[in-house]
Amino acid sequence: MLKPSKRHASIGIIGGGAAGLVTALTLQEAGFPVHVYERHKDFSQNRCSWLAGGMIAPWCERDASERAVIERGKEALQWWPEHYKETRCRGSLVLSSQHDRHEIVRFARRSEAFDYLEGEDLAALEPALEGRFQEGLFFPQEAHLDPRKALLSLAWLLEQQGGLLSFGQEVSPRDIAEDIVIDCRGWAAHPEMPRLRGVRGEMIRVRSYELNFSRPVRLLHPRFPVYIVPRGEGIFMVGATSIENAYDGPVSVQSAYTLLEALQRLHPAFGEAEIIELNTGIRPAFPDNLPDVEQHGRLFRANGLYRHGFLLSPWCARQVKEQVMAYCGEMA
Amino acid sequence: MAALTLYGQEVRSRLLLGTARYPSPACLQEAVEKAHVDIVTVSLRRETIGMQRGEGLSGQGFWRLIKQLGVHVLPNTAGCHSVREAVTTAQMAREILGTDWIKLEVIGDDQTLHPDIFGLVEAAEILVKEGFKVFPYTTTDLGVAERLLRAGCQLLMPWAAPIGSGQGISHRSALRTMRQSFADIPLIIDAGIGRPSHAVDVMEMGFDAVLLNTAVAQAGDPVRMAHAFAQAIEAGRTAYEADPMESFSSAISASPLMGRGKLG
Repeated sequence: MLKPSKRHASIGIIGGGAAGLVTALTLQEAGFPVHVYERHKDFSQNRCSWLAGGMIAPWCERDASERAVIERGKEALQWWPEHYKETRCRGSLVLSSQHDRHEIVRFARRSEAFDYLEGEDLAALEPALEGRFQEGLFFPQEAHLDPRKALLSLAWLLEQQGGLLSFGQEVSPRDIAEDIVIDCRGWAAHPEMPRLRGVRGEMIRVRSYELNFSRPVRLLHPRFPVYIVPRGEGIFMVGATSIENAYDGPVSVQSAYTLLEALQRLHPAFGEAEIIELNTGIRPAFPDNLPDVEQHGRLFRANGLYRHGFLLSPWCARQVKEQVMAYCGEMA
Repeated sequence: MAALTLYGQEVRSRLLLGTARYPSPACLQEAVEKAHVDIVTVSLRRETIGMQRGEGLSGQGFWRLIKQLGVHVLPNTAGCHSVREAVTTAQMAREILGTDWIKLEVIGDDQTLHPDIFGLVEAAEILVKEGFKVFPYTTTDLGVAERLLRAGCQLLMPWAAPIGSGQGISHRSALRTMRQSFADIPLIIDAGIGRPSHAVDVMEMGFDAVLLNTAVAQAGDPVRMAHAFAQAIEAGRTAYEADPMESFSSAISASPLMGRGKLG
């Protein structure tokens, strides 16, 4: 093996989800040759990233997260439009039923960088919701993307720039021939990472022939907050439950009911929409629900992205890059 | 401050904390430590998905973090709408967490989370026979309280206001009557407390302890709020033990009215 140096150390990345691909591109742009190993045959088997909401919403995510999510998440608002041109920078909307109005007040107290909107302003933003809500919060700086298209686009970009991406290769860190190994496997790494826990998330996709939105909408509720993200062509992703359990079996009736009830509360016409997918994924989380990078010699483990795979992977990838460069500096 | 004994177990803190809806388990842990909490409640109904078909709960998940808190764990049957669901959930809780304590909730109305008092009494009877130590979440109804005690419950957990509402005491005289009627039974206020001032209020009335979740978990800074509640609960309890003065409808001067007597 060649002695690693800042310019020449080769890098093997395990895991082709959002964390793995964003890390690969970040290191590639810093001059490292990269090879990504994905155990599945295609991205659709990569549950956590494939099923994600894809909201680049640092201020909204502050509601149920530590404050650090805002600063770390802001990096994604720059990274994604630079690397995936179909990132939609149209902000996000936060609404509640009249009955749960106090939730809007609580959410507003908790966050920042929003405009308070009344009925007419809401209708101007999302005409499909005209007359349905009297008030809401608009976070104009936030963005969203379709995770499935984004993963494919990142993979294309990586290969265009000379990176390697191998599907159907289940490898463990010690099998990697490259100089440096980055473990981005998410929940699959849990046997080797005792701090990691799995948090079950369930989602639904529907197709409506009547409704369309331009931006994600969060419908607040004291117990079951739900978000609805438009994917275009009448397709919406509805998510997501958060259950402290790593069981990845089918969506429960209670969860499906909760998600669909919220969807129909947002607009009754969703009652006629078709359910095209119900799915479950396991989010990898550390005790503070924030990502972290561990180093063990030539092995770096970037994990714990929890419900923020797309939001926090640019920040996390930068941590990896800085640690890898420091490591190469030490070795040189 | 006098110690509190629940089912023969002496507990140091009169603040019981729910474990749902914190920004993270790390934040929950910090809140528990800062407030010196001795008992936490955990909800099992939804979190045990997969167990019915024999899948074990992941040993490194949330449950391990809860056990690592090093405090008494009081599992609850939140989300159960029938006697059967509540009993099954209690049995599962005993298996997973190795405790015969169970906070019994049988929900009657999903919107208001009002307890189903008939189901509650029935489930309490079954669980006590099965050896559980039942902590029943109930209303201030004295008849129901009597039935729960007759079923074998040794303490009661009345609400102050609906779950999660944070309203504080919504029916003061009912709570006062309950306290007077069951002077020797530990009464733990289970729901509706929003602010430390509400907690002081019920503790001054002589309630034995307070269970909180939303008021702490959803505060801007849950750790500091847990600390504030711990202080409030201690102040309220100490005040109760110090026997507060009665209130009067008019001013009564604390100093003698020397020289103002009317002669003749």
